[in-house]
Formats: sequence, structure tokens, C-alpha cells
Amino acid sequence: MFTDSEEIRIATETIRQAARERIAPVAANIDATGEVTPEVLSLLWELGLMTLVFPPEYGGAEQDQGTLLCLAVEEIAKHCAASALMLIIQAVGSFPLLHGGSPELLKRVLPRMLENRELAAYLVSEPGAGSDVASIRTTAVREGDEYVINGTKVFSTNGPVASVYTVLARTSENGRNGLSFFLVERGTAGLSVGKVEKKLGQRGSKTSEMYLDNVRIPAGNLLGEENKGFHLAMKDFDMSRPAIGAQALGIAQGAFDQMVRHSRERKTFGQQLCEHQMIQQIIADSATKIEASRGLIYRASALYDKGLRNTKLASMGKLFASDAAMQITTDAIQVFGGYGYMQDYPVERMFRDAKLTQIFEGANQIQRLVIAREILKDAV
Amino acid sequence: MTQLTEEQKLTLDMVRDVVQREIAPRALELDENSLFPEHARDLFAQLELLNPLLPAEYGGSELGVTTLALVLEEISKACASTALLLIAQTDGMLPIIHGGSPELKQRFLPRFAGTSKLLTAIAATEPNAGSDLLAMKTRAEKKGDRYVINGQKCFITNGSVADVMVVYAYTAPDKGSKGISAFVVEKGTPGLVYGRNEHKMGMRGSINSELFFENMEIPAENLLGPEGTGFANLMQTLSTNRVFCAAQAVGIAQGALDIAMAHCRDRVQFGKPIAHLAPVQFMIADMATKVEAARLLTRQAARALDANDKSAVLYGSMAKTFASDSAMSVTTDAVQVLGGSGYMKENGVERMMRDAKLTQIYTGTNQITRMVAGRALLLQ
Repeated sequence: MFTDSEEIRIATETIRQAARERIAPVAANIDATGEVTPEVLSLLWELGLMTLVFPPEYGGAEQDQGTLLCLAVEEIAKHCAASALMLIIQAVGSFPLLHGGSPELLKRVLPRMLENRELAAYLVSEPGAGSDVASIRTTAVREGDEYVINGTKVFSTNGPVASVYTVLARTSENGRNGLSFFLVERGTAGLSVGKVEKKLGQRGSKTSEMYLDNVRIPAGNLLGEENKGFHLAMKDFDMSRPAIGAQALGIAQGAFDQMVRHSRERKTFGQQLCEHQMIQQIIADSATKIEASRGLIYRASALYDKGLRNTKLASMGKLFASDAAMQITTDAIQVFGGYGYMQDYPVERMFRDAKLTQIFEGANQIQRLVIAREILKDAV
Repeated sequence: MTQLTEEQKLTLDMVRDVVQREIAPRALELDENSLFPEHARDLFAQLELLNPLLPAEYGGSELGVTTLALVLEEISKACASTALLLIAQTDGMLPIIHGGSPELKQRFLPRFAGTSKLLTAIAATEPNAGSDLLAMKTRAEKKGDRYVINGQKCFITNGSVADVMVVYAYTAPDKGSKGISAFVVEKGTPGLVYGRNEHKMGMRGSINSELFFENMEIPAENLLGPEGTGFANLMQTLSTNRVFCAAQAVGIAQGALDIAMAHCRDRVQFGKPIAHLAPVQFMIADMATKVEAARLLTRQAARALDANDKSAVLYGSMAKTFASDSAMSVTTDAVQVLGGSGYMKENGVERMMRDAKLTQIYTGTNQITRMVAGRALLLQ
């Protein structure tokens, strides 16, 4: 960490201990049953982690919100990526509301979310619009003092269980400059949950299709300006991408800890596994990648906390940490050998969980484009 | 492309047809429900493929290593677990074919003739003897005209369903590699106790079992070759088998590449199929290059084995290492090309990614195969 803040140190310790004692023991079960347990969710709320990025008067941190979010995500993801995803998706789903919602809307919705421990979901991806956000087809049409929304969203994390949905929809035929964010609340007529996906990993979170069929919402549920939704989304990436990077970092660190412990315990050819130089090479490469990831992610979040532009570092952190997590979890299974392939040990779950970090919040191919554009733009 | 003989072409046509009609459609279900490919066992038996390397004089199909490698690649494109069924069949028969006395061969090999459905297995790995096989603890003691075997094996492919199994045990623990002997053990032998079948990350359509030998008595004439030749016999089987693992890895990678390429042509983002995007083209080019290189190296190793050339050990190790590493990287990238939908079970590539990981581990981890290749290159 790059801060001398006593508050951050204490927060880290608290989260670390809670994750070790109360999340690690149930992580395998969360994966097997496909559900983050109510006890774990309660813990995340009690620690204040579900509202870290909210305004302080609604349960948010006074300062260093980005850094604290990354720390919390990392510490929890060391043991259970799906539980860490709850924090990420709560932040990502709330960002358009927090950054674009009117004061009246915030006053109406945020206290209720806090009081009832409501979950947020982010409805952006569509069957024909993944990396290409500008291809979104879901429409929002103004009718009097309402908007009417129609469309289908896919891969919605917490779709089946959320109460607050931030939906990106088309308000004009102007490509990426024709998109707007809206707040849709659970129970609104026409909003329904579609197929719940069977996934490779991060199985403790429920991911579903969502259908919006003539969903009518008050005009005041528009978040930010009309047709400026894409820019709002881009701004939110500056914080969501470091958070995904932190999840990847936590998964990598968790797998690394397992790998090192196993290499000390296991004996082969008359010595500890960790005494073999070929294993030491793996350990050294993994540790180097983890430290480099950590540097990128916490620099990106520190810049965010200072209100400075961090787009390039945010993408670098997400890209590097997720590729590192995939490599390190793959190698962790390798160090465990046959045992690593069995579901009795956590490394195979971490391997499955890691893959998602290369894909969501902008596939790594998109991150590379963002980084290059940021560099080339500055060079002109 | 390497020239195939007319016979190989005919065999492959037949296999392709069976794979398309009977094997590919069940791959998802086998994985989802951890089902043994019973249907494939029946089919292979009808086609006289369940004894692929059994010499014709014992009623086998005597395909040869090269042809079997081609067959395994073809099956693995659709279902790696089903290919593993055939690999396990060669595992159990090869030690007898290579090392059995004429009498022992005559007793056991004809049972696998023609359309026999008998299954075999090889039992060497133990909880504390994976890469380090000499650390095995299983003991065989001669008592009159019997051997009494005590010990434990783990991760044994088809262990709990095999009709005939080759078991490795120390007869002279103080003699190291010259103290291990091989034995043929039949299903139903008193003292052969089945433990649990493992829950695995991938290759879930194959059975991997714990086995316990509790004063398991077998006739002395079930000793395979002279006492003390077991380790050499095992190494001979493993060096052949690595090529099959490599062929399986090539098939998995090709299967994933095929799905990724089809997706690239279908998926429209940014106004055209993603096949037109340079980053995607580069990924596909790298993936295809790895698959092709792995295939050629695997065929080279297979031909060396068929020719009894001493380069077979080197090429076998190189092929196994390179093909499995390629399969891991190609399948991981195939999921990436499919993006969010690649992470979902219904598209098959996430299964291939889980299946690929095992090929880096079994028949000698890639650390061991690198050591074998390095020593062959530097010290022999």
C-alpha cells in the first residue's frame, strides 16, 4: 500500500480478519450452491462495504473511497471472488445513480437502500452489444412525464436479486451519443428476470437476462443528461476497472498463498516442493506479477480519490492484474498437481473465477485500445 | 499437411462420423452430470476400437500409435473425457503388451479381443507419490504361490470400473527403481477396495478413483515380467502415453479454436463481424499457429514411437509439454474471444478450458516432461 493513513490500515486489518474468519470457511459452499450466503451479505453490510462509495451521509466513506473499495475487494477476493463481486456490482450498479441522479432522487432512493439493504444491478450489455456499447438497442421514449423502456439485457450480475437497476438505453439515433442512463426499481411493471446463466466461475453471484417490456418510469429517474449516458459510463469505468483489477489481484494473492503453503508442506524427491528450483521460478514470477498489479491498481485508485485523471492506469491495472490472475491460478493448480484439479482444494475455483476478470468491465482487448488511445492522445 | 495412409483416412472418416452423431451431442451432459461415457464404451466396442493398440494376434485392432493419436485428436475436439476412455484402455493394456510373458499375455490379452467391452486401468499414483513415483508405499510380499499387496492408490482413471488393472508396488523397497514390480489385478479380487470417485474441475466424464489394497492376494503368476522391472515397464507405458495426452490436448485446442472462429464470423460488433478486427485476427492467428505446431510435433513423436526410434522419449516429452501448454492458452483465449457468452456453460468452450488444464498435469506434469526433455538434450 502507498498510504500512511492510519484509517486505511485499520480498515484493511478489520476486513482482512472478517474475510479470513467468516468468508473463507464458506467460500467452497458458495461456489457449490451458487449463492452468496445471507450471513456473508449481512457481514458486508455491517462492515459498511456495500455503501463505501455512497455519499458519507448515506453510509459512504469520508475519503479515499476508491482506495477503500479496492482494498475491501482485494481482501475478500483472496478467499471468495463471488463475495467480492457483491461489493463491485453494488458500486458499479450505483455509480450512474450516484454520479447522475438528482438530489431528490438520491434522497428518495439511497436511504431506502441503506435501510433495507437493497442491492443494485447494472443493465448495460445486450445480446448484440457487449464490447460495442454503441450498438445498444434498448429504447427509452419520453411520454409526458414518463419514459417508456423496451429491450433485453444480458449478463446482469445480481439481476434476479437486485432492487435498484441502472439501465443504459437509447434515447436518440445518434450512436454512442444517443444513450442515457435510467433508474428502474424492482416491482416496476414490465421488468422481469429471464434465464439465469450457468457459469464457469464466480458462481456465487447470480447472472441473468433481464427483460424490459413497456417499463414506465418517472422522468425524474433519468440519470445525468439525456444522451450523455455513454460519457457517464466511461467516467464510471475509471473506478470500476481498478475494482475489477483488485478482485483479480485478490484471486491471484489467494491462489499464490495456497501455492506457497502447499509447496512448503508437500515433499517430493526427498525434499520440500519449494526447494525445487523449477517451483521457485513459478513462485518468483507469480509474486512479481502480484506486486506489479498492486502498484498499478492502487495508483489508479489513489488518483481517482484525488480527483485526477486515471483512465490509462485504471485500464492498465485491470488488464495486467486479470492476465496475471489467470496465469497465477493456472500455475497454482500446476504446483498442486493432481490435487489442484480436485474440488477439495480451492485453487481450481480460483482458476475458474479468474477467467471472468479478463472479460467483464471491458474485455482486455478493449483495455489495450483504451490504453493506446490515452497514450496517443497525449502524444499529439 | 502430413500425408495420411488410405487406411488412416478410412478410420478417421468413421471416427468423425461417430463423433458427430454420437459423441459431440452428449459432451455437455457428461460434463454437467459427471457421467461415465457408457454409450461411447458400447460404440467403441462395436467398432473394435476399445482395444486400440492390442496386437492383431490377440484379436486387437493394432491401430499403431500414429493412427490412435489421430483418432484421439478427432474425439477430443468434441469431448476430451470420451477420448480419455480410450487412453485409459491403452494404459492398462500396454504394460502387459510390453512386459508380459507369453503365458501372461495369453491369459489376459485375448479377453480384450474384438468387440470385448472390458475396461482396463493403470494404478501407479499415490497420495504421496505423484511426480515422485519412487516414493510409492504400496508393498507386495510373496507368500508361497501368492503375492499379498497392501497400500493405496489415488486419481486412478477408470479405477473403480476397470475389469483388469495393472498395479505397481514395491517388492524390494530398498532397491529403489529396481525394487518396483508390476502386477495384473482382476476386478473382484478380495482385498481390492474402492474409495471415492473424485470431484474434478474438468474431464468430468471420466472416473478417477481412490483404491485401497487390504491384504489383497493375487496368484504369483500375475506378476508382470520379472520382479524389479515394474518401474521400467511403467516408464515405457508413460512415454507412449504422453503422446496420447498430447493428441488429446491438440484436439481440445482445435475444438475450442473451431468454436472461436465460428463465433468471430457470426458475432457483429462495431458494425461488422469481429473477424474483421485486427486484435481478434491476431489472437486467432496465434491460436491456430500453436495448434498446428502442437499437431506436427505430436505426429513426429507418434511416428518415432511407431518406428521404435530412440528419439521418441524426447519428442514425446516435447509434444506433451507444448501441446498441453498450447491447449491451455488456446482454450483460455477461445473463452476470451466469445466474451461473456464464453464464460457460460452452454457454449462448450469453458468446458474445454477446464479439460485442457488436466493435460498439463497427467502422465507426468509439464515440470517432469521438461526435465525429461532437458536431460535428453543436455545429458545424453
